[in-house]
Amino acid sequence: MTGAHPNNTAENFLARRSFIELTARERAAALLDAGTFRELLGPFDRMKSPWLLEQGIVPQSDDGVVIARGRIAARDAVVAAIEGAYQGGSVGEVSSAKIAGALELALEDCLRGRPVLAVLVLDSGGVRLQEANLGLAGIAEIHAAIVALRPHVPVVGVIAGMVGCFGGMSLAAALCSHLIVTRQARLAMNGPEVIEQEAGIAEMDASDRAAVWQLIGGEQRYATGLADALVEDDIDVMGEAVRHAVAVTASAARSSEVERFQSRLDLIDPAHPPDPRALRLAWQRGTV
Amino acid sequence: MEKLTFVYPAHAKLASRAHVGVVASGDLEVLLEPAAGHESRVTVTTSVDGFGVAWKSVLDRFFARFTAAADVEINDFGATPGLVMLRLEQAVEALQP
Repeated sequence: MTGAHPNNTAENFLARRSFIELTARERAAALLDAGTFRELLGPFDRMKSPWLLEQGIVPQSDDGVVIARGRIAARDAVVAAIEGAYQGGSVGEVSSAKIAGALELALEDCLRGRPVLAVLVLDSGGVRLQEANLGLAGIAEIHAAIVALRPHVPVVGVIAGMVGCFGGMSLAAALCSHLIVTRQARLAMNGPEVIEQEAGIAEMDASDRAAVWQLIGGEQRYATGLADALVEDDIDVMGEAVRHAVAVTASAARSSEVERFQSRLDLIDPAHPPDPRALRLAWQRGTV
Repeated sequence: MEKLTFVYPAHAKLASRAHVGVVASGDLEVLLEPAAGHESRVTVTTSVDGFGVAWKSVLDRFFARFTAAADVEINDFGATPGLVMLRLEQAVEALQP
């Protein structure tokens, strides 16, 4: 469906209303039908991390996750949006519990015959290291909740940037029934800085933005079939992409297609890893 | 990280609450709620130590005009005084009519 528009003129650029520049709360409101946004466990409930203050880090009153109920294309929906600007969108005990809880409640509603579809707005460096195992356990609950919910309703992932989606939350993105990315998005298990630190600058120069985006950027992830839609950074375009995603019957979940992905890996010789362009040719959308 | 508390006299009532901002680098969030009684209490949690005087100056100026009894929670990640003032004014503007 939606590819990136080639006509990136200055006029078009200025006419756009950026989705990336919105806060998590504004993103959730932008994706829900006008006037239907209703936040659950909002800032005034003060469900914040009990661990950060102890470590001298200023907590945020919603722990960096916004849960909102409302409607999308007139259907009941829940949106979980991660605030990438707070602690790199890292997911801790409370924030992961908010996301997993929202998905579990949506499943309960589905089982009671009142389907609630889900949208995850992912902008996350992964687990919050200060909360370590509690965050990891919470992320595992998110994974389980996505897998349990997706046979009933679409679970749509959105990666807009600029943080991107890494670590355990990249696995959550891969489990979604439909994944929407922008060109600014990045999707990978290990972030470039982590790879540079662990494997050396010869393996990856994290400051080389062009190289990073060619490898793990939204355009490359879309071209190699790891994302379902590539959209411009625009509020209306993103909303349209989400409404399209919830309307289509999801094809088989990526994580259930083990053989297909095994055959894709078989095309690669680890001794001579392909460059991003060669990988695009090898894993061209729709061919393998 | 530092926690600061400020109290100001108040003689009006606040009808609603407001939340603005994100605890992002160089930014802050403000939670503004009605308080009982005749004073406003501001609780600041800031990542930058040693700027109590600057916080007092900004808040003194804000409460010279804002007279409703409010509980104000500020979670700050290194915002400049100008931005703190803007967020406070934005919170007042965001109060439900």
